[in-house]
Amino acid sequence: MITLDGRARRLGDNINTDYIIASTRKRETIDEQVLKQWLLETVDPAFAASVREGDIIVAGHNFGCGSAMEVAVTVILAAGIKAVIAQSYSRTFYRNAINNGLIPVQCDTAAFEEGDKLTVTLDGANPSVVNHTRQLALHGPPISGIMLDILAEGGLVPYIREHHTFAPAKS
Amino acid sequence: MSARTISEKILSAKAGREVHAGEIAICNVDHVLGTDASSPMAIDYFEKMGGERLFNPSRVHFAFDHYSPAANAKTEALHERVRVFAKRYGAELSDEGEGISFQLLAERGGALPGSLIVGADSHTVTIGALNLFATGVGSSDLAAAMITGQAWLRVPESIKVTLTGTRTAFLSAKDIALALVKLIGPEGANYKTLEFHGSALSALSLEERLVICNLGVEMDAKAAIFPPDNATNEYLAGRKVGLDAPVTADVHAVYAREVTLDLSRLSPRVSLPHAPDNVVPIDQAVGTPIQMVFLGTCTGGRARDFHEALAGLDRAGGKIADGVQLVVTPASREVAEILRGDGTLAAFEELGATITAVGCGACCGTSGVIPGDGMNVLSTANRNFKARMGNATASIYLASPAACGAAAATGRITDPRAARVSR
Ligand code: SF4
Repeated sequence: MITLDGRARRLGDNINTDYIIASTRKRETIDEQVLKQWLLETVDPAFAASVREGDIIVAGHNFGCGSAMEVAVTVILAAGIKAVIAQSYSRTFYRNAINNGLIPVQCDTAAFEEGDKLTVTLDGANPSVVNHTRQLALHGPPISGIMLDILAEGGLVPYIREHHTFAPAKS
Repeated sequence: MSARTISEKILSAKAGREVHAGEIAICNVDHVLGTDASSPMAIDYFEKMGGERLFNPSRVHFAFDHYSPAANAKTEALHERVRVFAKRYGAELSDEGEGISFQLLAERGGALPGSLIVGADSHTVTIGALNLFATGVGSSDLAAAMITGQAWLRVPESIKVTLTGTRTAFLSAKDIALALVKLIGPEGANYKTLEFHGSALSALSLEERLVICNLGVEMDAKAAIFPPDNATNEYLAGRKVGLDAPVTADVHAVYAREVTLDLSRLSPRVSLPHAPDNVVPIDQAVGTPIQMVFLGTCTGGRARDFHEALAGLDRAGGKIADGVQLVVTPASREVAEILRGDGTLAAFEELGATITAVGCGACCGTSGVIPGDGMNVLSTANRNFKARMGNATASIYLASPAACGAAAATGRITDPRAARVSR
């Protein structure tokens, strides 16, 4: 079981990966430790400097849409953010999150506001969120099959190192 | 065996068992594509994963398209890393100036009906126009596919998109694509495939189908697939490398949703800043001043698009308006050669257009021209996010090549149907 405590960093709908990290920034380096200074700069130039270790991104619909660029996930992780909560995700972002061990929780974030105190829990396949500030407890749909295996093994790197193949799906 | 969609049939064939929407399938991939924007990171993952060889070097392709040419030494160092890797492991490499990754695979006859292609570029879906399942992945999935030759995929539900009616004059494939983005919405096709049907398909050329599939990602589609027909065969003739396995949907296949678009009632469209789904009929944007017109990208960077743009420009006066920069970026070397051969590039050059190196060009602000502060740009591309072209104060409008050509001549957003009047 994974438990993460942190404060909500509120974003809106359709936050695309270019907004998470601009293509113009990553053409010179893909080192997330360098890139993290520009995290979400198009949405809010002050965002990166205000991030604290353990912050949790809370977004609306279609988080991570647009480009499939994986730095959008590794930069979030490098900034010390280990979970994202959104109403829904674009599929490429969701895949990249799982592959890198960033926990994506899907639930109704409408009532969440900037700075809310949160606890994210991943219990087996089941993600949940407690919003202490709003006194809400929410459950996301379980993470299924091979995605859970990948997440449980720490991401796609350790998964492929270990298996050298994708194990047959447990359906 | 129950009725199946095209997606279910292709993924069943690649998984070696019958699979249906909602199941997870471990599939064998036919081709793996990386770009200069995604491959350096994939190489990092490949090494961390303990990769020792490529599953099939002739099926792994890297293309230097986003940074073509590289703007500085740091970007060049990323290219060099990919060059060294490709040489060591035997992967196919298309260096600067060759073209956009999936466009090259199509031109070289590797994008065959019935195949499964994963590319570390979201617009890989474009080549689904050739009756295949092509989908975008990140760099880690790319690395895993390079090693294993496999990808795990949740078999998607499909949306049946039926196109009917005959287009009116000057209505472009881009207008159809933008109308669909509006109709289906920015996440309306998330986790799903768009499968095209209807009486209007036979009148759409392969290049036009590529435009429509390209915008699938702006609806979050996992894939966008046309059925096979004469246009598919004509495109493949003389290119095809290997065997194709055309796939059609069963009549009773089950769809998550069905949408119909009557092309005879469609007017040109414009997507307003700063979201591709912010689509309006062009009359709501007519008159907006434009300082830069960008012709290019994996959406509007093929020969047909430049012909359409030049015709639109001609009809609207035949000269580039004062205060407008017209930027021309062919999507590939083959496109540039066609345009050179038929005089189109010379015509643009004579008009005073900026002709850039082949590739993605100004699309995501990584190579070539950058719009100035506060500029309005009209573009044949697919994304108009704030800062997309490298300047957060610029406003990007998206439209058809015909509308872009007309705007280059008038300096304003101009209805390509009405442009004749202003001559
Ligand atoms: S042209 Fe633009 S959208 Fe297409 S692959 Fe290049 S950067 Fe991406």
